[in-house]
Amino acid sequence: MQVTSMHFKARAGQKLADKRLQENLKKLSTKWVAGRAQAITELDDFEATRDDAIERRNRALANLDVWIERFEQQATARGATVLFAETPADAAKLVVEIARKHGVRKVTKSKSMVSEEMALNRALDAAGIQPVETDLGEYILQINNNEPPSHIVAPVVHKSKDEVSDLFARVHQRPRLTDIPQMTREAREFLRPHFLSSDMGVSGGNFLIAETGSVALFTNEGNEGMCTVVPKVHVVVTGIEKVLPTLDDLAAVARLLPRSATGQSISNYFSILTGTREGAGRPGGEPDGPDHTYFVLVDGGRSGLIGGEFQDMLRCIRCGACMNHCPVYQKIGGHTYGWVYPGPMGSVLTPSYVGIENALDLPQAATMCGECHVVCPMKIPLPDLLRKLREKQLDRRLRPLGERLGLMAWKFAAARPGLYRPMVRLASRVLKFVGGERGRISSMPLAGGWTGTRDLMPPSGPTFKERWAQRSGQGGPGAPRSSGPAGPSGPSGSSGPSGPSSSSGPAGG
Amino acid sequence: MRIGFFVTCLVDLMRPEIGLSAVKLLEAAGCTVEVPMQQTCCGQPGYNSGDTDAARVLARKFLAEFEGYDHVVVPSGSCGGMIRHHYPALFRDEPDLRNRIQALCDRTWELTSFLHDVLKVSALPGRFEGEVTYHDSCSGLRELGVQAQPRALMALNPAIRVTEMRDARACCGFGGTFSVKYGDISTAIVDEKIENIHASGARCVVLGDLGCMLNIEGRLRRCGDTTTRVLHVAQVLAGDA
Repeated sequence: MQVTSMHFKARAGQKLADKRLQENLKKLSTKWVAGRAQAITELDDFEATRDDAIERRNRALANLDVWIERFEQQATARGATVLFAETPADAAKLVVEIARKHGVRKVTKSKSMVSEEMALNRALDAAGIQPVETDLGEYILQINNNEPPSHIVAPVVHKSKDEVSDLFARVHQRPRLTDIPQMTREAREFLRPHFLSSDMGVSGGNFLIAETGSVALFTNEGNEGMCTVVPKVHVVVTGIEKVLPTLDDLAAVARLLPRSATGQSISNYFSILTGTREGAGRPGGEPDGPDHTYFVLVDGGRSGLIGGEFQDMLRCIRCGACMNHCPVYQKIGGHTYGWVYPGPMGSVLTPSYVGIENALDLPQAATMCGECHVVCPMKIPLPDLLRKLREKQLDRRLRPLGERLGLMAWKFAAARPGLYRPMVRLASRVLKFVGGERGRISSMPLAGGWTGTRDLMPPSGPTFKERWAQRSGQGGPGAPRSSGPAGPSGPSGSSGPSGPSSSSGPAGG
Repeated sequence: MRIGFFVTCLVDLMRPEIGLSAVKLLEAAGCTVEVPMQQTCCGQPGYNSGDTDAARVLARKFLAEFEGYDHVVVPSGSCGGMIRHHYPALFRDEPDLRNRIQALCDRTWELTSFLHDVLKVSALPGRFEGEVTYHDSCSGLRELGVQAQPRALMALNPAIRVTEMRDARACCGFGGTFSVKYGDISTAIVDEKIENIHASGARCVVLGDLGCMLNIEGRLRRCGDTTTRVLHVAQVLAGDA
């Protein structure tokens, strides 16, 4: 998928001004945030469940190569073919080759974010193969001129029902419907012929199970089974980090994924698919399932995170809780982030996978409020990772000159109390002066980012340290020290509760 | 008990009266409060901008200035969070220094945590009357677990009625330099906070962090709301507002 993260600021402005989008994004907090909060209470001990699942993910990642090899052996033993791709583009080529090999003309797709990394639909189109998205949200986006998804779980969360009604009426050439079950039925009528005429199904993979060579899929619409079981060929595309050693590990993580994602105890459909249809065509052979199963496992920058300071990110199970709870995502939506993964997880993944210089805004455009870390079922320290990316930007001089100079000046002054104190005193005077009689600053040079939309309420008078020094001069405790930063040598005042109360100070001044 | 008071940049410059209210509360609870005058900044602006070295320099400075105190008290959740939560990790490779920093961090408190959890105060020195709503500031809440303490302290004064707003723990959109770099996003976030403050019915929002305070107050005033008060919890508890 093309990276457009460099347009973050301009896009954010457009999205903030888009009243309909703002209304649509309210679903996040009312539906997903509340849903998750309720769902985690169903677990006897959410924290323990989470710690257990984290440990299992860490164990898998600690020996990822071993588990991938084990997965490959087991999947191969059950008739599947396991292929590896270094880049998403390589992976797309592999899928096209598989399709060509089997004479495929139409591919039905279940939702997969890795296929978005691969820009798979475009690659299939270019090869003369028709890709059909069958997840309802992805279908809506595909018929809307291949619009990209704006959320990893709910790809059309940015759209209202009305927008979809208009789209269906236009594209389906049917009377406009407004009832969601009816609209879904209509989409189903259009999808059903595709399911039945599909030569190959492509799905993502929530997890790969090393001990059985299986793929686990969590879905809600039933389209996944139509993609993975009906066509003769099934291709799983997923990242190399999705391997779990055992089915037991899967069970542990499965308790967290739907709850964190959609607030469901378990998704409507939960499949564990293993190998190909056995004994195809023979009496007693399995009636359903693909004759050919392929796994295309994509690196796409993942192996570069192993053993480094961003390894925690590989634990991610793609639930989307971080974006649902993110105050920034809630205001600008997913498209602003400019690549496959939006929100806090995308702000770490995008620079990590497509280059830090191609997504300079993403690590910066976070309030560091920490809610993503709190709700992450894998406790990925997202704010810390964002801060580390900021550190890398600074080290590589990727921040604007003005910002770097400002930071240097601040650092110089903050380390020198003799300079810092008079500067703060001066700033206090200047702010009070600029605030004038109104006691309010509505515009100020270099502070447009603030004063464009907010006033700055200036200080009421001298700095705390000045007032403290004055109070100390009156015989109070805490006389100012003239010594260097050698630390306190003893109490300089003797007052306890009987000391002067602040009413004698200039607090009210 | 000798307390080293870490004023914080924004209290020192923007709202010195909050520092005095905090001192009043500490002294009323029997503490001897001292203010090392060499103190400057905890380093958070640099740290969050990716300048880890600056944070290290200022962490060492903090250690030198405050190590001799029984406790250090900070009237701000985010500066307190910077010190308690982030300082020790800055010295991972220097075990001796790390241990000293850790020991000092363990004695460094956000104001309401110190009053409630350590001093277990049961009376307030000042009078304040009215209905307020409390905004949980991000770093204090998530890095230091400050949530029950300010509410419990306000409950000591029966004349203070706390009406919870919707999503009290949601970010106000300040985020340090974020508020300036992405002023429009920041404003959209604070607008939602303000909507919730107004919907609570309280005409006064109380909080424990200066960043949130300047952000919420600045937006309220720009939008023409000149009456909703924005107070630091220290001012309310000390009866200085």
